[in-house]
Amino acid sequence: MWLVGGIQRKEGLEVTSKRDLLLEVDNLQKYFPVTEGLLHRKTGDIKAVDGISFKIYKGETLGLVGESGCGKSTVARSILRSYKVTSGKIYYQGQDLTDLNDSKLRVLRPKMQMIFQDPYASLNPRMPIKNIIGEPLLEHSSASKKERQARVDELLDLVGLSSACGNRYPHEFSGGQCQRIGIARALALNPEFVICDEPIAALDVSIQAQVVNLLEDLQKQLNLTYLFISHDLSMIRHISQRVAVMYLGKIMETGNQQDIYESPLHPYTKALLSAVPIPDPLLEVEREKIILEGDVPSPANPPQGCRFNTRCPAAEELCFKQEPEWREIKTNHWTACHFA
Amino acid sequence: MDNKLLVDNQTVLKVNNLKTRFHTRECTIFAVNGLSFTLKKGELIGIVGESGCGKSVTVKSLLQLIPMPPGKIASGSAIFEGQDLISMEKDDLRQIRGNKIGFIFQDPMSSLNPVLTIGQQIMEPMETHLELSSKEAKRRTIELLQLIGFPKAASRLGDYPHQFSGGMRQRVMIAIALSCNPQLLIADEPTTALDVTIQTQIVALLKKIRKEYNMSIIWITHNLGLVAGIADRVLVMYGGCIVESAPVVQIYNDPQHPYTQGLLGALPRLGRRKAERLISIKGQPPCLYCEPLGCSFAPRCPYAFKKCWENNPVLHSVDTSHNVACWWDTKKGRPRSDF
Repeated sequence: MWLVGGIQRKEGLEVTSKRDLLLEVDNLQKYFPVTEGLLHRKTGDIKAVDGISFKIYKGETLGLVGESGCGKSTVARSILRSYKVTSGKIYYQGQDLTDLNDSKLRVLRPKMQMIFQDPYASLNPRMPIKNIIGEPLLEHSSASKKERQARVDELLDLVGLSSACGNRYPHEFSGGQCQRIGIARALALNPEFVICDEPIAALDVSIQAQVVNLLEDLQKQLNLTYLFISHDLSMIRHISQRVAVMYLGKIMETGNQQDIYESPLHPYTKALLSAVPIPDPLLEVEREKIILEGDVPSPANPPQGCRFNTRCPAAEELCFKQEPEWREIKTNHWTACHFA
Repeated sequence: MDNKLLVDNQTVLKVNNLKTRFHTRECTIFAVNGLSFTLKKGELIGIVGESGCGKSVTVKSLLQLIPMPPGKIASGSAIFEGQDLISMEKDDLRQIRGNKIGFIFQDPMSSLNPVLTIGQQIMEPMETHLELSSKEAKRRTIELLQLIGFPKAASRLGDYPHQFSGGMRQRVMIAIALSCNPQLLIADEPTTALDVTIQTQIVALLKKIRKEYNMSIIWITHNLGLVAGIADRVLVMYGGCIVESAPVVQIYNDPQHPYTQGLLGALPRLGRRKAERLISIKGQPPCLYCEPLGCSFAPRCPYAFKKCWENNPVLHSVDTSHNVACWWDTKKGRPRSDF
């Protein structure tokens, strides 16, 4: 087994005997081909995810944060094998997901579930919600109709909806309620690991808090492990124990929540944190903002050297020539910057 | 016009009792229910609220930009430079829109014309309103683009919107809005579609422009953090009404309406180390299918009592320029006796 006590692996956290490793992503790459012309000749690659590694331990929440287009969702979908990865390994409890065939993968699928961003688009509008929530049971268990009904009622109750509304259709619910239905569906098969891909981005502030509280309660109750993807840095701080910051297909920095937010090492993390507005006018006036120049470069043609060099306020010659090494600066606090 | 008499020279815009309805085949939606506020010269007002609370309909009603029908402005007035924008003829209004009042919309892709170059789109209002020659207009366009931080401005005039990123498109929108030196700028969620680092760029830019031109701005957003850093005064909207209005520091440090308190409690704070449980507001935002009889927040309000269901509270002053529409005094923990 790859879990060897005390041995440090290159991507991040020390393996300790206290915490059980659930998922390990090792040098994952996912390229999407760019084709041109009538014959769809391949002319290049969109390097959506370009060599990232991280670990997720049992019972924790890893927050994955980054701007749009940096590859967050591609990571999520690659882990669930919705995509065939270009290269790299994904170990789930020691089993490599990348070379499993379909039937073996099917056995593992109930353990890993996903909650999607758009609560309306992720529910079939023609199905009553009891069928939406019960469908995973139909696929992956041999439960009778009665057992299924009982489980659906239980799940609706768990996410704070009345079991009487099982016969209603998604359009009869508000955005926050639809997101609860999506959560109930994800939990139907008692998963261990849930990927939350921007689950609150489409919701209003007051509803966001409801859904986040629900996710936290469920995590405690059912001992779930979350990969929580978001672009909202305040929410990521609130919900996760460890944080990984992504930029243009790479992880720039990873560490414990407190380290990342209170002593960030990478200039990109620093800029991101300074860009988040704080709901306190007196603090806002004093705060120094780091304004990054320009836009995120295209992932089809990422810059040479460090990926952040086009926007980095501290970039020097070395950054344009050589890609920075992924190194541990402090215990459990890793970054890829020459000058960290 | 006697309206002129009502406005002193420090007031740019005075909105009074604005009501907007949408009459659809099935029902009538009461989007804006009696809204009043004034905007002073050089002031930046932030309008905050959740989606569907009537923020955008309010500002679009001011310029008659809502589709009519089904939309209808049932009552109200908006005095701008001594004229009422609400009762104004369309042709007269055209002289003001894009000229004295600039407008930045939320989605820069759908508000720019995809088949015209950005040069043409920025020059158009100047040629129409200021009657500049195309040479003059072009010169000013390049100036504007440089002002808003466009690299190699002159060479990009012939490019189309799809050739730009979201942040750059929003800069083009800002250039169009500023092209005729408006006295009033309305920004309807100008940074919502953008990433946080690009948002910082755009906010810094608008702050700079505001200082330079001493412009009055109405900034609509649902981001309470953003408003804290830019606004002088904040209006909190709920269910088509203003529920609280106060200078920015008071809104955040001394919120009086249960809804404002709830919104601020629901926000995770970046600087908060220990993850406390977020305080959520129970229930859902209201459907505006009928004219609210009582307070529209009553179904979700922890303090609601009999009066709240029967009478809709009006804005009432609790402090200098701090107004709240609530029957309950959250500070003293009893119903308000004074109104």
